[in-house]
Amino acid sequence: MLNQKDILQTQDMIDKRHLDIRTITMGISLLDCADNDVEVCARKIYDKITRKAENLVKTGQDIEWEFGIPIVNKRISVTPISLVGASCRDDSYVPLALAMDRAAKEVGVNFIGGFSALVQKGCTESDWKLIHSIPEAMRCTERVCASVNVGSTKAGINMDAVAEMGRIIKKTAALTADNDGLGCAKLVVFANAVEDNPFMAGAFHGVGEPECVLNVGVSGPGVVYHALQSVKGQPFDVVAETIKKTAFRITRMGQIVGVEASKRLNVPFGIVDLSLAPTPAVGDSVARILEEMGLSTCGTHGTTAALALLNDAVKKGGVMASNHVGGLSGAFIPVSEDEGMIAAAEAGVLALDKLEAMTCVCSVGLDMIAVPGDTTAATISAIIADEAAIGMVNSKTTAVRIIPAPNKVVGDRVEMGGLLGSAPVMSVHGESAEDFISRGGRIPAPLQSLKN
Amino acid sequence: MKAVVTVVGKDRVGIIGETCIALAGYNVNILDISQTVMQEYFTMMMVVDVTNCNVPLAELSKGMDAKGQEMGLSIRVQREDIFEAMHRV
Repeated sequence: MLNQKDILQTQDMIDKRHLDIRTITMGISLLDCADNDVEVCARKIYDKITRKAENLVKTGQDIEWEFGIPIVNKRISVTPISLVGASCRDDSYVPLALAMDRAAKEVGVNFIGGFSALVQKGCTESDWKLIHSIPEAMRCTERVCASVNVGSTKAGINMDAVAEMGRIIKKTAALTADNDGLGCAKLVVFANAVEDNPFMAGAFHGVGEPECVLNVGVSGPGVVYHALQSVKGQPFDVVAETIKKTAFRITRMGQIVGVEASKRLNVPFGIVDLSLAPTPAVGDSVARILEEMGLSTCGTHGTTAALALLNDAVKKGGVMASNHVGGLSGAFIPVSEDEGMIAAAEAGVLALDKLEAMTCVCSVGLDMIAVPGDTTAATISAIIADEAAIGMVNSKTTAVRIIPAPNKVVGDRVEMGGLLGSAPVMSVHGESAEDFISRGGRIPAPLQSLKN
Repeated sequence: MKAVVTVVGKDRVGIIGETCIALAGYNVNILDISQTVMQEYFTMMMVVDVTNCNVPLAELSKGMDAKGQEMGLSIRVQREDIFEAMHRV
């Protein structure tokens, strides 16, 4: 039996607390698109994506109207292109990125992920080709997202790839310098990347996935923030319970929308990603949730503990609300995409070192962070290595999405626009890690990998 | 299939009548109505049966949204199962 209070509460969450479905992401396998000729391969990729995702956006819009819930993004993830392109004789995979971009525009999705390589234990020739194609691909496409997995708990960390990714990020920033290095906002370096992540820029369709699948990412920092306002001063037991109950509701909404969309598109339903994904809008911030717990500014002492509680409670509340949970599942802390994080960074309270500590207990890693344009490739590689080590040892996903903004210095601001927001340029340690990064080779898998 | 219609706005003559006529035009049957007026603000909730609705549900929702704007109110149509899912274990 419905009651008025529940109905009004749901509408209030949507209207005033930014409750929404952040993304429905269709995963499409492109393994059958391989060809010796890169142009033929590109055509097959375009044809398959436009065929499979033809009705994705329209279906999403219909569901928005029927349930009265905004679905902010409709997106596509594909098989890592280093696998799809492996039999191409050409040296560059840029034509494949262009085909992805054209297909994304044709079907009306705002991002397409999967210009990716999985190199945690070593790089194939195709992986190197893909990695070297990234800067140009990021320059000449608008909607394509790239990711490279450089480490895992099972395999250790591929330090040759880590070293190269520092240079690739610098080059991508240089090629997109006109837009403050925007290309880097579409490039993620992972450890323990997941195969069913619906969120960009790191989404790709893993090889263990079916032909086509639909994954959903929910959001709702504003709803959690509002719920916590009603338990001011109460013990953490109450805080955790309040977050769990709220996360349950948010996730149920994602589940019902995902099941409905998959039924209409005749595509199997994959997972709900139990996430708290912020936006730059006021009232939709993860940082403000941490502050509501009693911290004057996000980034001060106590922030890591607050985030650990939040991340865990979101999972516990969400897991019962969905029949399949996956993706990254947890709280995101992208600096540029979170109004409270931006304010904390600009106030000088939230620093890179604290963010690194926070990534030990949140769902991903150093996300959407702008650093000075003169940051060296070796320093970026060292930042990646630190994050990958945290992921490897703690058996969790970590990532680095960092923008060495050309010609910018600490205190400047990088404007990315839209959901990507704007990032204050944060300081990095100036001392060199050059000799550390130039060693190359592989950091062995930790003891945690020996579970059999 | 059932849906919930919520009408919110400043009270005036004819809100219920116009809303019901608009729904009848879509061949939507009203099962239950509850309404309150608080400080001049009118809030009405209806549970309706949309099984025999003569347009797809998304079109009904868009049409009633437009009708609400015309009347200077907010009218939204949402499938009932979303509320069940969010508020029941």
